[in-house]
Amino acid sequence: MVLGKVVGTVWATRKDENLTGLKFLIVQHADMDYTLKDQYVVAVDSVGAGVGEVVLVATGSSARQTDVTKNKPVDAVIMAIVDKLDLAN
Amino acid sequence: MFFGKVIGTIWATRKIPALNNLKLQIIQPVDSRRLPNGAPIIAVDTVGAGVGETICYITSREASIPLPEPFAPVDAAIVGIIDRIDLENF
Repeated sequence: MVLGKVVGTVWATRKDENLTGLKFLIVQHADMDYTLKDQYVVAVDSVGAGVGEVVLVATGSSARQTDVTKNKPVDAVIMAIVDKLDLAN
Repeated sequence: MFFGKVIGTIWATRKIPALNNLKLQIIQPVDSRRLPNGAPIIAVDTVGAGVGETICYITSREASIPLPEPFAPVDAAIVGIIDRIDLENF
């Protein structure tokens, strides 16, 4: 999974009808010391993440393995909100 | 399957239920000489690897197969702790 910070939201009325009702959040990738990288992904939220929260994103077919994204054209899903990160030095 | 070194741990209480009681470890991908090789990723640990250990991990949808509940949004999982790597030098 990728570590990232939720930095925004995407609203789209005209979209694949399978995507109706899903929340799209913009996640900026982060290093393990939380410095933000110049890399973004739009991920479907499945755990109630909010803007500003540090999250984990699963991508690829794994992203369809939640009740919210099952059988939907989704390849990135927020599946955890990070409380703490311990890094051995 | 790739080599990696466990360099830390992630704690997350709010997450997909299928991930409850599973450890989320931070992996630094390494090459067969155990030298860093790419950006760190987060993987589910199904074998109880400790920080500092060299491991092998799998990615994409197959990563959820080792989980007690395979229907889970996981794209990286530690599946082995390396004892030794024998590498023929060409």
